[in-house]
Amino acid sequence: MIISPLLLVLAGALVGAVVIGFVFSSAAHRGLLGAVLGAGAGALGSLICMLPLDYCMFEAERKSIDVIFGVALVGLGVLLALAPVAWLSGKLLRRESLVSATSQPTQGTFRHWWIALPLLAPTLTILVLFLYYPSVETLRLSTMLSRLGARREAFVCVDNYTRLFEGSAYFDVVARTVYMSFFIVVLSMAIGLLIATMAYLPVKGASIYRTLLVWPYAISPAVAGIIFLLMFNPTGGIVNYFLKNWFGVRPGWLNDPSLAPWTIIISSVWKSIGFNILFYIAALQNVPVDLIEAGAIDGAGLLRRFWHIVWPLLSPTTFFLLITNLTYAFFDTFATIDYLTPGGGPLQSTTTMMYQVIRLGVDNNDLGKAAAQSVVLFLMVIGITVLSFRTGGRQVTYGA
Amino acid sequence: MTSLSSPTTSAQANVSSLRRTLRAWIPKRWYAHIILSISCLVLGIPLFYSIIVATQNNSDVYSYQFTFGESLRDNWKMAFEMRGLHEYMLNSVIMTVAITVGKTVFSLLAGLAFVYFRFPGKWLVFGFVLITLMMPTEVFIIALFRYINRIGWANTYLALIVPFMASATGAFLFRQHFASIPAELSEAAQLDGANPLQFLLRVLIPISWNTIGALAVVQSIYAWNMYTWPNMIISDPSLDVVQVGLSALRTGDASTQYGPLMLGAVIASLPPVIIFILLQKQFMSGFTLTRDK
Repeated sequence: MIISPLLLVLAGALVGAVVIGFVFSSAAHRGLLGAVLGAGAGALGSLICMLPLDYCMFEAERKSIDVIFGVALVGLGVLLALAPVAWLSGKLLRRESLVSATSQPTQGTFRHWWIALPLLAPTLTILVLFLYYPSVETLRLSTMLSRLGARREAFVCVDNYTRLFEGSAYFDVVARTVYMSFFIVVLSMAIGLLIATMAYLPVKGASIYRTLLVWPYAISPAVAGIIFLLMFNPTGGIVNYFLKNWFGVRPGWLNDPSLAPWTIIISSVWKSIGFNILFYIAALQNVPVDLIEAGAIDGAGLLRRFWHIVWPLLSPTTFFLLITNLTYAFFDTFATIDYLTPGGGPLQSTTTMMYQVIRLGVDNNDLGKAAAQSVVLFLMVIGITVLSFRTGGRQVTYGA
Repeated sequence: MTSLSSPTTSAQANVSSLRRTLRAWIPKRWYAHIILSISCLVLGIPLFYSIIVATQNNSDVYSYQFTFGESLRDNWKMAFEMRGLHEYMLNSVIMTVAITVGKTVFSLLAGLAFVYFRFPGKWLVFGFVLITLMMPTEVFIIALFRYINRIGWANTYLALIVPFMASATGAFLFRQHFASIPAELSEAAQLDGANPLQFLLRVLIPISWNTIGALAVVQSIYAWNMYTWPNMIISDPSLDVVQVGLSALRTGDASTQYGPLMLGAVIASLPPVIIFILLQKQFMSGFTLTRDK
């Protein structure tokens, strides 16, 4: 299957012309200008991914999955180019101010603006060298066969990505990551909220309770792994000691592929729950009491009052905690996994996407593949962040 | 409104006195006390058992002794004298202090620049810093690993410290804080002929200790608990931080020696837990200040 790159550029231009033309004609009846602008942007966008890759996906000897992946990349490039153009032109045409949040104090600023440069230099230098440069380098490495210590690298086009689709191995890793993250986040936040609804009440000794509830947050993920290794290990672990005495069962927590993820989930929930309790207590204390009393007067039961009055007011905290907990489940569980189930668990049952990246990149010294999987991880992080900002932003309008 | 005292029968008086006695004994909101006590207990058991095992030898562990053992001295010797736990602790202290101080100073400077200067492209620069909140280091850790190796920083403190000295959170935190300070303060300072650095040192920092403390608590706990990056980039055991070094306690002669391992785990947890408990309020505000845009 051969697709000419030129054809794709034309397709990009066409999509751009239609989309931006539509934006322009609906906002200011100048569809033609918009179509011309959009065609240019779309054509450029289609080249974003093709040029650095040197059109390699569309070479004659490529497999069809590479071609499909290439077309998807072109689509992504067009999207990346059109989104800001559509947003910017929409704002300009409606004559909205571009910089909306100019709440900066203009009085009291120092003269000689260039003094700001040395003040910002340390932060900017470190961000560029150790965050921005590695991010671009990750994209470059993901198209390479690269090893640490090897002199040369080989360009492998999009093989590091398309190989992920061969067989089900990588899908299993993604599914396991989603499975474990889901239970860590949901259990930790739900139980945290439940405990917080008790702990925020002005009972005697409330501050002592709070301290005794939140300290596990300061324990490191690595130590959480060690502590639960002591609890769950097959010989001498106290969990099985009690399970055997009470129920006569001795589950193989660390050897059974279906149970091993749960040791990670339980230890992660234990470690992260204090954080959720802390923030839910603070949020609950900000719920106006008269609102709840009004609900009680109107005859709403405890659960209805919680669901209709308290829960919506908690939504900003819930979204903040969702992001923080997901980040924890994706990245910080690495240390817990490494101590509790070294090597990624029986039958790789506790190998998360992050664990897989480190194993490929450091243990197998295959930087290209590890970088490609990092990019997938990054896309997921971006997706989750954008999604929660959109939904979160809509929910926060309850005031307070 | 004053209520008229109604005549009460002796039976009613008895019931109400019983109620009063019960109320004195059963605390208000007893259900909350029960649930909270159980929660505290369940959360505390893993740590409490770890502390017990830290005083035991392996045969105590395998025979399920739930009382303190007599091997604390041996475990201590094993952890510190044979496996060098104090060296790991020292490395962690150096890394944590350097990252925390670096992040705080650089964030203060960035906040100063963002609030007290007007320069071209300021919003672009601010966005450039802010967008890194969506870029966790872990995602680019492979490229960072290769880069640090190529510039020859592998197995140095530099690799542990320098990449983490900038903080979008910190810059944002101080920007918000400084923006809330009345402009008269900097106008007065300028009339007195103070330069920006003097203004920062003599005026801003003395009124910002709460915010500085908030950032320092959050960042120092984060730095102390780092594992993935130190584990990757440091292969010289004498430079390992304590989170990684604990694995040296795990590999005993034949099997896992739980006593020394748990002693090490408990000792490694003391600094962050103590800081966290003592500075809970600062910790909270460190997060909430950055959250409320």
